[in-house]
Amino acid sequence: MIYHPAILSLLTASTIISMMVLFAGWKGLLILRCWDLKSGSELQLQMERSTYLVSTILAYILFFHLISLFLYIFTADDLHSMFVGAMCAAGSLNANRFGYPVLMLKIVTCICAGVWLIINHADSQGYDYPLIKPKYAFLLVLVPLIIGETSLQFLYFAGLKPQVITSCCGSLFSAGAGTLSSDLAALPRVPMEAALVAVLAITCLGGILFLKTGKGGYFFAAASTLLFFIAMAALVSFISIYVYELPTHHCPFCILHREYGYVGYPLYAALLGAGIAGMGAGALMPARQQASMANVVPGIQRKLVATSVALYLLFGLVTAYLIATSALKF
Amino acid sequence: MALYTLVIFVLASLIFFVHAIKRESTTILREAPEMVVQRQLAGRHELIPIDYIEKIRSIRGVDKVEARLWGYYYDPVFGANFTVMVPETKQLAPGRIILGRGVARTQRISTGDMVTFRGATKASLLMTVQEVLDYQSELVTSDLVLVSRSDFQELFNLPQGHATDLAVTVANPDELATIAAKIADRLPDTRPILRSEILRTYESLFDWRGGMMTVILFSAILSFVIFAWDKASGLSADERREIGILKSIGWETSDVLLLKFWEGMAVSLTAFLLGTNLAYGHVFFFSAPLFEPALKGWSVLYPEFRLEPAIDFLQLAILFFLSVFPYTAATILPSWMAATVDPDAAMRT
Amino acid sequence: MIRLANVVKTFNSGKPNQFTAVDDVSIEIRPLNLTVLKGPSGSGKTTLLSLIGCMVRPSSGRIFLHGIETRFARHNESAGSFEITSLPERFLNEIRRSTFGFIFQQFNLIKGISVLENIMLPAYPTGENHTALHQRGMGLLERFDIKRHAPSKVEWLSGGELQRVAIARALINNPSILVADEPTAHLDSRLSHEFMKIVSELKSKGKTILIASHDPIVYDSEIADTVVEMRDGRITGRGHEE
Ligand SMILES: Nc1ncnc2c1ncn2[C@@H]1O[C@H](COP(=O)(O)OP(=O)(O)OP(=O)(O)O)[C@@H](O)[C@H]1O
Ligand SMILES: [Mg+2]
Repeated sequence: MIYHPAILSLLTASTIISMMVLFAGWKGLLILRCWDLKSGSELQLQMERSTYLVSTILAYILFFHLISLFLYIFTADDLHSMFVGAMCAAGSLNANRFGYPVLMLKIVTCICAGVWLIINHADSQGYDYPLIKPKYAFLLVLVPLIIGETSLQFLYFAGLKPQVITSCCGSLFSAGAGTLSSDLAALPRVPMEAALVAVLAITCLGGILFLKTGKGGYFFAAASTLLFFIAMAALVSFISIYVYELPTHHCPFCILHREYGYVGYPLYAALLGAGIAGMGAGALMPARQQASMANVVPGIQRKLVATSVALYLLFGLVTAYLIATSALKF
Repeated sequence: MALYTLVIFVLASLIFFVHAIKRESTTILREAPEMVVQRQLAGRHELIPIDYIEKIRSIRGVDKVEARLWGYYYDPVFGANFTVMVPETKQLAPGRIILGRGVARTQRISTGDMVTFRGATKASLLMTVQEVLDYQSELVTSDLVLVSRSDFQELFNLPQGHATDLAVTVANPDELATIAAKIADRLPDTRPILRSEILRTYESLFDWRGGMMTVILFSAILSFVIFAWDKASGLSADERREIGILKSIGWETSDVLLLKFWEGMAVSLTAFLLGTNLAYGHVFFFSAPLFEPALKGWSVLYPEFRLEPAIDFLQLAILFFLSVFPYTAATILPSWMAATVDPDAAMRT
Repeated sequence: MIRLANVVKTFNSGKPNQFTAVDDVSIEIRPLNLTVLKGPSGSGKTTLLSLIGCMVRPSSGRIFLHGIETRFARHNESAGSFEITSLPERFLNEIRRSTFGFIFQQFNLIKGISVLENIMLPAYPTGENHTALHQRGMGLLERFDIKRHAPSKVEWLSGGELQRVAIARALINNPSILVADEPTAHLDSRLSHEFMKIVSELKSKGKTILIASHDPIVYDSEIADTVVEMRDGRITGRGHEE
């Protein structure tokens, strides 16, 4: 265990977040079991009140979780000097087997919390709590994810030993190392570029179609989810090398550094936002059938789809700009 | 509010301080030799014979080997420990010394003055101060005394043909580890130490100290959270009444929650800005008088130095997570309880 | 119009101190009328008012609203009449904010802020444009002849002025129904008569008014269209219905 202030603050934050989500989950369980809108009993009133508490908690969780995601990467970055062979976050995260799973879980929980808040927002517009059951069932899925993330993060930091020899972005994200990250890096550049452009175009067209006709919601959600993953892969496979102007450097973390104008932040923020909005729009599709939702959901979905398309386009534009201004030419 | 600001102030001072010190020492160590070879005797550091220099130099890839002389001198009058060193670059004439600021300050001497040192063989040495080292990066050089080679040998009664350790320079830095392994192999009684290793040890040392302090402060935060909770949940009768009125005239639970959120934001932001600014001044303009005893225990000499201002997103984010986040989390439940006052309560006051 | 069907409100149900404050009440509140609830202390008038005013939900029974425009009513297919008994709090609130204006016994003004701020408070959650709101507030103050007090704190006002501020506040969201609980309890008879004059003015301007009171100045007033008598949570009689 390394006593670094950043580690302490991350652990504190995660512990508090876990406690909050446990509390919210407990309330959610109660609601799932005892909810009866027709009743005017004290219990029912109490539960309706606690829905406010749960949404407030989730909103705070999303906010703090987003910051902690970046703080986690930042901390890993700061710790790299402790490990032989580490040059940036990629190496520190690789110092034991928990580093990367924690990162993945953090991203997944952020997305889940975002989608939950979207569902919650839609639900609060219906006069008979139409989505209350699915919403709280989803919350119960989120609970173990966050608890797992907290425990793994604890294991990761507890297992960090200075002097450990780790491999960093140079070898992790280089083609042919036989790992997932290296496979991502090994993805051929030209087909990946083509795939990104194609899926981006499909997603945007699907979005415009949805905005115009209100049809193809599932299609858009699927396309934007696919685009999310392709864009992540593209970051490793070719966007990074244009940024670093080195045909062999595929690291997804170094782009967060000052040397590269912090360009990683807008890229990741746009991706996360677009992913959450796109998946949220998809998650609301079944609600269109509900009587009390039929009037509200399409409006919310339109906003989500527009946001998602706009953010993906932003991502595309920044990427295009990076490629155009890069000294690396093929 | 005052307590909130105080917590942030102390925490921010600590974090800024540790960060700045770490950077400082990293800068200094960057100028240290790549590899140092020490001799071990029964597991303890021993003087190294000069003829080892030749043996090491014969290893392929080694560029330069230099003997280093250094040690500690205890001053019984002031009860202070100095680091005594023979400089590698500067040539000093016998009888002349160069002092670090801290030494000069405790002994109350300046350039041109004479000082006596008690030698290992009873006889005292009288030396003239040639120079006092300047201000920069005082943390490590503050307790330094630079003497000539012959004075060093006389002061500590060092046997001829020995050095404290050897500084090794390597032609190709990539081969450092291999060469270190070769040295350890050929001269089994020696131990090569790489600069990168020292750097790491230093870093974890500072982090550890900072961490310990953080743990102590953590309990302070905890009590502060309890205070926040207490304050937020113990709604005054007036406040309850006001929220009841707001609800009865058409405000909704989420409106009241939003109001409470902005209230909390205002408090947190003020405390955060105030606390960090005060801490910035404390650490970088006044050199953190509050922490000196706790953190700079190199020797009895407390260097008086200015830290280079260095704050980045990481420091602020850490601070945010250790203060604003617990505070906010502690206020969620109380604000919700306040916000769910029955709207008809206002009709019954 | 508001219709209550077999409405029951039980407090602390299931506990030893269980108490039924409103018991099987069925009445209709007619639009554009002045309805007065009268009855001894503890008979459940305040509880019934808060049920009608969407502040609390009944333990059983139903409450229907007819001909009331809300954002939500427009969405509802069976427009014109809907049942509010099981609506979530935020919908009840929306209805309450847009449909009802409340005048309380203690006036319930918030100390420490100005008269004008007090009057504008009920409109803040609607997110309405601030200048338009400000104008409307000043208009109401002018109408009740207390414009010069707009920037003063409520602590400094006299009882009659406080009453008028409370009425102005009840009208800021332009509600169609005014609900008042014991509005004259803190006023001398001159001010009580003055209050009734304002009420009759409002009634002639097309407001539906509902007052709970045991003050004869109120329930014997000739402008009262219906007087409903309550005792122990039940309705025991009605007076001068035209
Ligand atoms: N929240 C509550 N919990 C328990 N009992 C309550 C609650 N609110 C009201 N009651 C009881 O309900 C009964 C009716 O109260 P309510 O205030 O409606 O009477 P009222 O007719 O308005 O009386 P008054 O003329 O004195 O204002 C009272 O006995 C009161 O104690
Ligand atoms: Mg009453």
